[in-house]
Amino acid sequence: MEILANLAHGFTVAATPFTLFLAVVGCFLGTIFGALPGLGPSNGVAILIPLAFTLGLDATQALVLLTSVYYGTMYGGRISSILLNIPGDEPAMMTTLDGFPMAKQGRAGDALVISGVASFMGAFLSTVGLVIMAPLLAAIAYLFGPAEYFALYLLAFLTLGGVASKNQAKAALAAALGLGIAMIGVDNATGMPRFTGGNLHLNDGVDFLVAIVGLFAIAEVFIFIESHGKNSAIGVALDKVSIPWRDLRSTFGTMLRGSGIGFVAGVLPGAGASLGSFLAYMAEKSWLGSRGRFGTGDPRGVAAPEAGNNAAAGGAMVPMLTLGVPGSGTTAVMLAVLMTLNITPGPLLFSERPEVVWGLIASLFIANIVLLIMNVPMVKLFVKVLMVPAWVLMPMVTMVSFVGIYSLTGSYFDLVLMVGFGILGYILRKLDVPAVPVILGILLGNEMENALRRAMTISNGDWTYLFSSPIAIGLWIFAIAGFVAPFFLRGKLKKPPVPATDDLNED
Amino acid sequence: MKSDRIFGLVVLIVALAFFVGATQVQTSFLSDPVGPRVFPMLIALAAGLCGLVLLMRPDAEPEWPSARSWGAMGIACAVLIGYAYALPPLGFLIPTAIAAGAISFLMSPRAVPAAITGAALSAGLFVAFKYGLGLGLFALPRGLMG
Repeated sequence: MEILANLAHGFTVAATPFTLFLAVVGCFLGTIFGALPGLGPSNGVAILIPLAFTLGLDATQALVLLTSVYYGTMYGGRISSILLNIPGDEPAMMTTLDGFPMAKQGRAGDALVISGVASFMGAFLSTVGLVIMAPLLAAIAYLFGPAEYFALYLLAFLTLGGVASKNQAKAALAAALGLGIAMIGVDNATGMPRFTGGNLHLNDGVDFLVAIVGLFAIAEVFIFIESHGKNSAIGVALDKVSIPWRDLRSTFGTMLRGSGIGFVAGVLPGAGASLGSFLAYMAEKSWLGSRGRFGTGDPRGVAAPEAGNNAAAGGAMVPMLTLGVPGSGTTAVMLAVLMTLNITPGPLLFSERPEVVWGLIASLFIANIVLLIMNVPMVKLFVKVLMVPAWVLMPMVTMVSFVGIYSLTGSYFDLVLMVGFGILGYILRKLDVPAVPVILGILLGNEMENALRRAMTISNGDWTYLFSSPIAIGLWIFAIAGFVAPFFLRGKLKKPPVPATDDLNED
Repeated sequence: MKSDRIFGLVVLIVALAFFVGATQVQTSFLSDPVGPRVFPMLIALAAGLCGLVLLMRPDAEPEWPSARSWGAMGIACAVLIGYAYALPPLGFLIPTAIAAGAISFLMSPRAVPAAITGAALSAGLFVAFKYGLGLGLFALPRGLMG
């Protein structure tokens, strides 16, 4: 019952008029970011971080705003998937498979309502899961010493890229790149500068917000210039939105199953929302077998991935809050927020800053309800926003990024650095090198090095100390398995699920 | 194929430079058993290994943009870097209008809508940032503001 008392405390923190207002604003913006093709959850949160700080929000308020945006993008991604056959963000990719066929059959409204309710179910259930799981995991995390943390960071790097890229070498390279960038600046233990090239601007290291906004938002601008904003809105019209009760009843089981799968995928380090929606869709498809009409506009094919990706979003918060190791790209960005707020995620967060943790969890519940209201009756409003052309949208994104970073750091050097990261992000994207491990490397690099150095100080330089506890050995095994497994699973997982256009019983 | 080979080579060189850089890091007598050099060296080794793998087993060639797109992106880069340098001394309105208009034009080459987009974004965002969010922005060049 302690959980309920904590939750009640969280609601008293989160349910003030101002934070509720922030939740509404965040949900609204998040849904827009999610719906606009090209602007995903990581971008959306990244652009708003500097603004959240310059607004002078306290920790809880900033987190409410940004988690609302995060959950909102998970809802919003489905809108363009269904109406335009363009996933609004990567996790919404699976929703196109049945969502767009439904829209072509004139059932766009139904698809939007079903996916909206599925999103709500997935997010709600996974937030409940977060409430139950997080304190348990936090209790285990107390047993972690520096050797275990070092292994845990390694686990995060080795698994995060595994799913994100087709090439393990590129995923590992991305992590090394991020770690290398993290090394720039003054070494805390000795006070000596490293890799600064004598540039005083670099003594404090590279600000990870600059890197995040550059790698995500500015890189996206280049991508849009290359494609000349071709991904503009031309799609299926949406006429009437009513609630298809019959479909909602018949997809209820699908939503439950999708939520469960998505949550587990989210908790696992590195997997994230894209895998959650993918697994939820594939599992539902094989579960139904010939009873499903997947790929031709089956409502269950919309419900499963949407429940899956929203549940994964909640699940990914579990390792982020309890261990300080994010389970997905966007939670990596959220971790940056926490670190900038001087909050160190981990087991101590639960005992020392309960108001932050439980306020955040309560705000997730609030955000969900706000999002359900916004995304079912008010979905038409967001469809209108989709009509904003790229040549208005992307300049706006650029300017907001610049002003956000400038108002935060006040230095032209950081702006130039941000453009540099934008160019890097574009080239990495072209070469299929995932950007998320880079971010994670910049975020966790110093922590990882400190863990290693503390461990070696404890053991007086004996490297076998890293494998001296059962937890550490377990983490090492998982880390290596997580890195090696994609070699074998790749053939199975990456095969795109062919939409069954002709053969209805296609497996 | 070729792109990944070049990339792998660049990675190898950078990793090597990083490794050498790590050996040059000053340490102090107060250091712990590991010191400030070992972890960067490990990173350089990991990166170098990845570079080797890319050299030996490159992926298929990505679809690179046309020369025109490269040109457009180059201009965008120059505009953004110029904007970064112009923002502190020249204030918000003028550099933002020019930069936003230029980015818009690069995406959809029609001069009038791009110019309107630039001007409207500059004015709209200024009002939103300055009065909505309370950021301390300067509208015009510092000299003119007295």
